[in-house]
Amino acid sequence: MPFRPADDGDRTRQGVAVLLLLAVMLFAACLLSLGVGPTGVGLRDLWTYATGNSASLSTQERVILEAVRLPRTALGLLVGAGLAVSGAMMQGLFRNPLADPGIVGVTAGAGLAAVAAIVLGNGILAPVAMLLGNQFLPLMAFFGGLFNTWMLYLIATRDGRTSTTTLILSGIAIGALSVALMGLMIVMADDRQLRDITFWNLGSLGGATFGRVLSILPFIGVVMVIMPFVARGLDALVLGDAAAFHMGIPVQRLKKIVIVAVAAACGSTVAVAGSIGFVGIVVPHLLRLVMGPSHRFLLPGSALGGGALLLVADSVARTVAAPAELPIGVITALFGAPVFLFLLLGKNGITTRDMP
Amino acid sequence: MISAEHVTVARSGRKLLDNVGLDLEPGKFTVVIGPNGAGKSTLMKVISGEMKPDIGFVSYHGTGVDLCQPVELAKRRAVLPQATQLAFPFTALEIVRMGAVAQGALNPTEQARQALSRVGLRSFESRPYPSLSGGEQQRVQFARALAQVPQPVSDGVPRALFLDEPTASLDLGHQISVLEIARDFANAGGIVLAILHDLNLAAEFADHLVVLNHGRVVAEGACLETVNDEIIASVYGIAGAVGRLPAAHIPYVLPQSRHR
Repeated sequence: MPFRPADDGDRTRQGVAVLLLLAVMLFAACLLSLGVGPTGVGLRDLWTYATGNSASLSTQERVILEAVRLPRTALGLLVGAGLAVSGAMMQGLFRNPLADPGIVGVTAGAGLAAVAAIVLGNGILAPVAMLLGNQFLPLMAFFGGLFNTWMLYLIATRDGRTSTTTLILSGIAIGALSVALMGLMIVMADDRQLRDITFWNLGSLGGATFGRVLSILPFIGVVMVIMPFVARGLDALVLGDAAAFHMGIPVQRLKKIVIVAVAAACGSTVAVAGSIGFVGIVVPHLLRLVMGPSHRFLLPGSALGGGALLLVADSVARTVAAPAELPIGVITALFGAPVFLFLLLGKNGITTRDMP
Repeated sequence: MISAEHVTVARSGRKLLDNVGLDLEPGKFTVVIGPNGAGKSTLMKVISGEMKPDIGFVSYHGTGVDLCQPVELAKRRAVLPQATQLAFPFTALEIVRMGAVAQGALNPTEQARQALSRVGLRSFESRPYPSLSGGEQQRVQFARALAQVPQPVSDGVPRALFLDEPTASLDLGHQISVLEIARDFANAGGIVLAILHDLNLAAEFADHLVVLNHGRVVAEGACLETVNDEIIASVYGIAGAVGRLPAAHIPYVLPQSRHR
């Protein structure tokens, strides 16, 4: 373990220090994401641009920075933060470090709803799509994620306890059902819709626009705002529903808020970036090792760390095989799947203790 | 005073509690005894506000428990649950601090340290909870409850400690020290309700003893009136055990005879 708890058992300072470090890392990741790409526009041009000398850049360079890199960085930041925070919240809700929206089928539910939005958006859902405009896809994905999270909670939790086995297995079943229904939707789709679905499904930050950034900003923003209000409750919930209630937590209300937040963060990111796996499990897990499990620091830490990780992964995705782009989901899975396996095997006995 | 009146709880056609009435008075150490499945834990859940009775009523100083917000209840009573397992490695201090935070302490970390000292775990502050032994975990939980109600009487209102088998995984020395802390809490004007299985400990510490069987109160009052052959025989099915010393060659432990 990289850090042991401080000798007096109080990890407040440790938490603050790690948060500051993460903020610095996120800033560096933003610079990397803005300054790296196959076009040769680099950090120096970024500096020129940022210091107000944008006139000395060519139009092409300016367009690349303003219309390509900037929205992509903003989107990566929001998506990474949303994915990691939804993972951390879900693990707190289920009292299980293995809960991850991607693994337990919440992402699939959001994906199904997103595909439904694409396929039915010109058909029976056309009036709704017209009404909501840019928000249609994220909203649909949000409700899809919400539905699956709720189902999962109803199925996998008995007397306030969630067993890892039931959680993962029912999550797989719910996810498989969503994927099957998605298949049915795809069969119904026409050529243009198929193209949209394929692009969406690749799991990429490519094609980022400020429109997309704005469409998920409210969802991620709301989740960030409620984070400090659910942190203490999630900490208390680790001791069990009853103990949390004894310590003054309105348990049912807390759970509803967290379920909605998980669906909002996860659903909206799926809507704009497809399914990007493992960020929600890797980031909180690594952070628990260095700052402890308290949600006061874990949730904001996950937001910062998730944003940083995704920006780095995206920078790698668009440079290693340039000018081609690797799907970012491939990068996160290559890194995240081994961590998940490691967790599942419980090598790190202190972090994973299976609930009976 | 905390009162339960006519409390009845039925689950799948069986009455777990049947018209139970109980008054918890400030300054008194109330102990509930009874065989497995008598309804002791259910009664504690109802009184703590965690479970709503089908019939009956629980009030805290005149206010119905269902009218109290969880936050208000948390300031009035703390509950020590039976064994708790954690999925995340909080340190002992962090667990105890949750109790201090629940009560609205200005300096929860300091209050948590004091509570850990009271249960003799001062040097365990930085230990991850999952790595502690069962008994140590139980004492950390007890410290958490103490940190939640640090003063037996605060703002003129007595606070309450509810202990569900507080001695279950403790050695004899710690059984006694936990119950002595609880008795000090009661002596200072607080309310204590404990579920115990050890009749000797119950007789030693209880000001008011409640015998529960099949969801009913079969006897209550001072220990001398309640722990007698007739009642113990009818409830536990063991006759002639009370007040009879075993044959001299069988060793026995009698908590009452310890040196103080």
